[in-house]
Amino acid sequence: MSDWTDQKIEVIIANLLRAGVSLAAALVFLGGMVFLVRHGLALTQYRAFTGEPSDLREWKGIVHSALNFRGRGIIQFGILCLIATPVARVAFSGVAFALERDWLYVGVASAVLAVLLYSLLGA
Amino acid sequence: MNNLEFTILVGLGSFMAGFLGALTGLGGGVVLVPLLTLVFKVDIRYAVGASLVSVIATSSGAAVAYLKDGFSNIRIGMFLEVATTLGAVLGAFLAARVSTAAIGAVFGLVLLYSGYAASRTQVETASSEPPDPLATRLGMNGVYPSLTGPRAYNVHRVPAGFGLMFGAGALSGLLGIGSGAVKVLAMDRAMGIPFKVSTTTSNFMIGVTAAASAGVYLSRGYIDPGLAMPVMLGVLAGSLAGARLLARTKTQQLRWVFAAVIVALGGEMLYGAFAGKI
Repeated sequence: MSDWTDQKIEVIIANLLRAGVSLAAALVFLGGMVFLVRHGLALTQYRAFTGEPSDLREWKGIVHSALNFRGRGIIQFGILCLIATPVARVAFSGVAFALERDWLYVGVASAVLAVLLYSLLGA
Repeated sequence: MNNLEFTILVGLGSFMAGFLGALTGLGGGVVLVPLLTLVFKVDIRYAVGASLVSVIATSSGAAVAYLKDGFSNIRIGMFLEVATTLGAVLGAFLAARVSTAAIGAVFGLVLLYSGYAASRTQVETASSEPPDPLATRLGMNGVYPSLTGPRAYNVHRVPAGFGLMFGAGALSGLLGIGSGAVKVLAMDRAMGIPFKVSTTTSNFMIGVTAAASAGVYLSRGYIDPGLAMPVMLGVLAGSLAGARLLARTKTQQLRWVFAAVIVALGGEMLYGAFAGKI
């Protein structure tokens, strides 16, 4: 049991994640400003459910929309970065387990990663 | 209402939800979806999508604090994340299959249970039973800091805990909440893990669980940027402010008040679901 090194590695990873959340929040804020400056006075409509258009659903469309400096696209790109942070954490934890030669937990982390990637890319 | 007014009002409401959630330790997600659906009349699927985003933000942002104090157990967390992420994907798929009224009704029941669980005082269950052999093989038994120095603990009933965690993940994916109450039920009650360890490990798992369902929500078009923006930023700012204040405040009475609010919202959600308003 090397809990102490576990903990130290995880703290480093957690600090990286906090940076990821800060980046995501900054992107969402920027996108929000662009969106409000352009569409702030348009009427809100969330009562009826229509679903988002395809360019705000999958990563290619989102990146394209953000690069065109569209407010909603930038927000969605920030959200994509946010969803990626826990995925990155699991991947880093897997690497940390490998460094400790704890192959059982390398397997556990890989299983979690597989579910996450399936949900993000496959669903 | 125009987009600017909507953003400001939802942002303020989300700030309060995050603030009270952090201060009471009950999480902001449970009041966020009722707030959006009942007060702002947002479709519950959009509300759940936005809530999931805010849950990831607060959990990943606070992970450092949970790790530094030495309570969270990474191996227990990682192992149970297999169950919660699988459950979360199932919950997200269910969200597309069942009616919004059914989602509202399940939400109401979960709120009632969370309020009940929050109002109970936690008793430290120090079990001296031998550990589950499976827990030993998985290297889950650990040590946590206490006033009298490091204290060892054993983990019990791994399969029961794993099953409950699958359920917690499914609820999280269906309702866009952290399901802290169910997670603690699984770790504290079923697996006999010390309370401090189970709450911090559960907080630590929430972001990964929410990410598993957020991917499905995003690709189904349930995450609206115009709504998610004020919700995520509001909850994040509120929970940071709440966590800062936490060290200097007595929260027991506040916890009672918040539990009462949760129960009231639960009744309101149930009523809304059966009256066909959600």
